[in-house]
Amino acid sequence: MVKEADVVRTSLADEDADELRHYYYQMLLLRRFEERTGEMYVKAKIGGYCHLNLGEEATIVGLMAALKPEDYIFTNYRDHGYVLGRGTPPGPIMAELFGKETGVSGGRGGSMHLFDAERHFMGGYAIVGGQVPLAVGAAYALRYQEKPGVVVAQMGDATTNIGAFYESLNLAKLWKCPVLFFIVNNGYGMGTSVAMGSSEPDLWKKGASFRIHGEQIDGTDVLAVRDACRRLRDYAEREADPVILDVVSFRFRGHSVIDSDRYRNPEFVRKGRQDHDPVRNFATLLHEHAIIDDAWLKATADQVEHEIQEAIDFANASSDPNIEDLYQFMYATEVANTPGPEDAIAAVKINRGEV
Amino acid sequence: MPEINLLEAIRQGLDEMMAQDERIFIFGEDVGRRGGVFRVTEGLIDKYGPLRVLDSPLAESVIVGACIGAAMNDTRPIAEIQFADFIAPAFNQIVQEAARIHYRSNGDWSVPMVIRAPYGGGIHGALYHSQSIEAFFAHVPGLKVVAPATPYDAKGLLKSAIEDNNPVLFLEHKKTYRLIKGQVPEHDYRVPIGPAEIKRPGEDLSVFAYGLMIHYCLEAAQSLAASGVSVEVVDLRTLRPLDVPTILASSRRTGKVLIVHEDNLTGGFGGEIAALIAEHAFEHLDAPIVRLGGPDVPAMPFARSLEDAFMPNPQKIAEAMRRLAAY
Ligand SMILES: Cc1ncc(C[n+]2csc(CCOP(=O)(O)OP(=O)(O)O)c2C)c(N)n1
Ligand SMILES: [Mg+2]
Repeated sequence: MVKEADVVRTSLADEDADELRHYYYQMLLLRRFEERTGEMYVKAKIGGYCHLNLGEEATIVGLMAALKPEDYIFTNYRDHGYVLGRGTPPGPIMAELFGKETGVSGGRGGSMHLFDAERHFMGGYAIVGGQVPLAVGAAYALRYQEKPGVVVAQMGDATTNIGAFYESLNLAKLWKCPVLFFIVNNGYGMGTSVAMGSSEPDLWKKGASFRIHGEQIDGTDVLAVRDACRRLRDYAEREADPVILDVVSFRFRGHSVIDSDRYRNPEFVRKGRQDHDPVRNFATLLHEHAIIDDAWLKATADQVEHEIQEAIDFANASSDPNIEDLYQFMYATEVANTPGPEDAIAAVKINRGEV
Repeated sequence: MPEINLLEAIRQGLDEMMAQDERIFIFGEDVGRRGGVFRVTEGLIDKYGPLRVLDSPLAESVIVGACIGAAMNDTRPIAEIQFADFIAPAFNQIVQEAARIHYRSNGDWSVPMVIRAPYGGGIHGALYHSQSIEAFFAHVPGLKVVAPATPYDAKGLLKSAIEDNNPVLFLEHKKTYRLIKGQVPEHDYRVPIGPAEIKRPGEDLSVFAYGLMIHYCLEAAQSLAASGVSVEVVDLRTLRPLDVPTILASSRRTGKVLIVHEDNLTGGFGGEIAALIAEHAFEHLDAPIVRLGGPDVPAMPFARSLEDAFMPNPQKIAEAMRRLAAY
């Protein structure tokens, strides 16, 4: 973890109080969204593989506070918080996790494969490293078309060990692409710690041989993340130059909701959650500065609870995707001799023994 | 004979081979302390230590590539690809390097390694945790591709694969891991790579399949028996080298052929079997060869309704059998 001394913030004098309260609200929304998602999984409303952003609330909200609407975001499969943080309403996100037709990917993707084109959220990617080269290409396209904005290539710490990461660093530098390589360093790739998987555990240094500037930041401090992202984002855009931000946080639970996390010492996890809880720490900070009081906290918690319950109700009330649509969207154009709705229905009737 | 599930059979196979042969080591993501995501390698690190059960960085290309180099240098590595879907970064190493080294070194070097890869759907894993990849690799001469359906075959074939002097892609259907149980002898045995096995003899039509689909085909065949249709179910077990004589003999005997796989149809492995039968057993056929596969969509969709529509199941297979029998 980042040393305490690096993260002490002495003054909130220059901050807008409403904005600070909004960060807290967003962080709590993410926190509760993920906790309730875990519950829905246990209730078998959600199935398959599902990864939570618990412990990464400040990382996400800080990043989102720094980004502009023209920016683009590519993430890994641990993506719920990014979509929420970018402003997609919770209902369609929860519906996607439930596999419903009202979900952000029409129920086709599920937890790991969220999209929101309108908000430039370019997808969660379940193949580790899959998103990284794409982000470079998207940034090149921005430059090529002389459009403003940067592209965020979000990834986990362990993703910095896969070849595609290095190929992307190289190209981003060669092509002068405004990419923010945003490494969510939660200490683990599944059961493998950073030190076990990476010969250079200081991940921000990994751009050195590509001449890419890198920094490390405490990912549990929303303001520190925001400030670093703002600065690096603006630099990347202004100079058309890629940058690396190594954002350190603590993974609250197992790798996914079904991971028992047996490879981590329970005491280590307990202590980590206690010391590095971004939501609680931020509440304490705001409290100390008299920016919030107990009544506000209570009202905010109630509001968040209500919004998420609404999202769950929305997902529950939504219908499953239509079987007729199984073959829809295979190609972006009409293609002759491809199966259509009737074929999908026929296949399902047979599956159900209705023929 | 004790009854165990397929996952346990593979673990036993790994364990017994490692106990016998110090050249064997396992390399893959979280195979050590965590015991693999499916817990196939659970306990092996305690028994054989971290030099023989190695947690890899998240880098499939180097998992396979390093195993190739080690295999060329008198060891017998077993690479684990956590999900078959993640094999794509290693495609280059498997297809360009592992498969071709013996041939292009004029027999000087060989690559005695196994690549284990859990594949297949029906577990709600969505697009990138459900794929069937056999067709890509069965296309490649120099590789062997194995896809067992039962605990007995899995253990016996795994041992043969480890002893084989060639690169063997060992495909484990993840839905069979805990679902499929069977008797496995306590003594040391092998199932040879190559031969198919008739899992259920029959007269009226032949069905060729492998992996999970074998169990669905057996269930479907059972349901047709009541109406007097006798179905032969042939478990291919090995896709490369393919047991062509068994396939042709069964096809000639029954005169009707159904081929089933979960992988999508177009360019799937079933096409190869159909072509072989059409070429070599044409005069014996009483009906067109029928293939049943997953629909040609880019990947397994997440929603359960769509996944159900994707997966071949016993009802769907039974329906295809019925139609073929009535032809
Ligand atoms: C190419 C590929 N290999 C392996 C996996 C399996 N896998 C999924 S997530 C993961 C760990 C990734 O860790 P990290 O990059 O640190 O991200 P985190 O999960 O911590 O957010 C692994 C090994 C995969 N999805 N894709
Ligand atoms: Mg991580």
